[in-house]
Amino acid sequence: MNSTRKAVALISGGLDSLLAARVVMDQGVHVEGVNFYTGFCVEGHTHAIRRQDRTRPRRNNALWSAEQLGIRLHILDIIEEYKDIVINPKHGYGANLNPCLDCKIFMVGKAHEWMQAHGFDFIITGEVIGQRPMSQRKDTMPVIARDSGAEDRLVRPLCARNLPATLPERAGWLDREKLYGFNGRSRKPQIALAAQYGFRDFAQPAGGCCFLTDRQYAVKLEDLWKTRGSKQYELDDIMLLKVGRHLRPRPNFKMIVGREEGENHFLEGYRKRFVHMMPVSHNGPLVLLDGAVGSADIELAARLTARFSKGRDADRVTVEVHDNRSPASRIEVAPIPAGEIPPDWYL
Amino acid sequence: MSKHVVDARNLLCPMPVIRTQDAVARSRPGDELRIVCTDPGAVYDVPAWCRVHGHTVRRIDRLDREICIEIVVAQVDAS
Repeated sequence: MNSTRKAVALISGGLDSLLAARVVMDQGVHVEGVNFYTGFCVEGHTHAIRRQDRTRPRRNNALWSAEQLGIRLHILDIIEEYKDIVINPKHGYGANLNPCLDCKIFMVGKAHEWMQAHGFDFIITGEVIGQRPMSQRKDTMPVIARDSGAEDRLVRPLCARNLPATLPERAGWLDREKLYGFNGRSRKPQIALAAQYGFRDFAQPAGGCCFLTDRQYAVKLEDLWKTRGSKQYELDDIMLLKVGRHLRPRPNFKMIVGREEGENHFLEGYRKRFVHMMPVSHNGPLVLLDGAVGSADIELAARLTARFSKGRDADRVTVEVHDNRSPASRIEVAPIPAGEIPPDWYL
Repeated sequence: MSKHVVDARNLLCPMPVIRTQDAVARSRPGDELRIVCTDPGAVYDVPAWCRVHGHTVRRIDRLDREICIEIVVAQVDAS
């Protein structure tokens, strides 16, 4: 008698992985989910930090998917290992700095390791041929299966009928006829299947789930690498790139300007590591200065800080400066006029 | 049965969940964990993670910007 087969599903928090797991569960397979935390995930952070984003549902979409499915979800920290994928992608970058194909190979490879360590039989992803220009193409799908080590234990239930039969299908663990043959960028088949299962309120991230696909974020990361002289980063670096307005008025320093209360609170946690300033005569942002700064830089930064404060139209604004080596000092400056801020200072 | 504190302050989600998950993996059924965090999202995410793994959230307290979530590790845990 066959024992219940077990599959590990990559759960991103989006609709496709939710559906893929459910399709396989419908065939009597025990499914558990894995979700990977790279540090670049859009999920959670910005609405945790920014007050203005708090009207959105406050939830981790991968955990929400797991609850809808009634499965366990294991969230795996891959921050350190993922650095090499971002810095040296063998297959290059897709949109902006997204190491699309390498990322998918890496994550399926990690799921494969998890599968072997936990005695599971195969892996499920929500990939659909033609859905993404780089990682979800008919010619790249075999590359992912091969380079991840998953080989024919990798099942894509939403487009399986457009691909060669995998081990679970050949061995009769899964009925291929009950899998799907979705293809292309249309979301209609997924929306229809979601309706059939009664899934509502699922996440539909417009720009994907990774900051590396975001142009503005990529500009800031490239600036970080350029000014440091090497393609390296720590978790705090990439977290700070998600927060605030970033300006580089001089090659030797960058300003990170809190845009609202939530961001100011978040930046407060980094005060001791940076020269920082805030207006005291008017309400305004906490500003971190990243880089080595001289007195002329401090004055320029204070004028910019004043510009982003409620005193932007005042003649003078008092700004308190903390350099973490000596007592705080106060300087009075005239806010820099908006027209005197060159657009290329903004990252 | 023992009690443990998980310091997840100044970490953004899902790190408090990951720290909780790691602590549960080192715990025994019936152990109590006190997860201290500052990300308001943890109030949603840690209980959601507990629900899918069958652990009990005993109470959630807030003190200024700190949030304390007390959980009891499930009798049978395969996390």
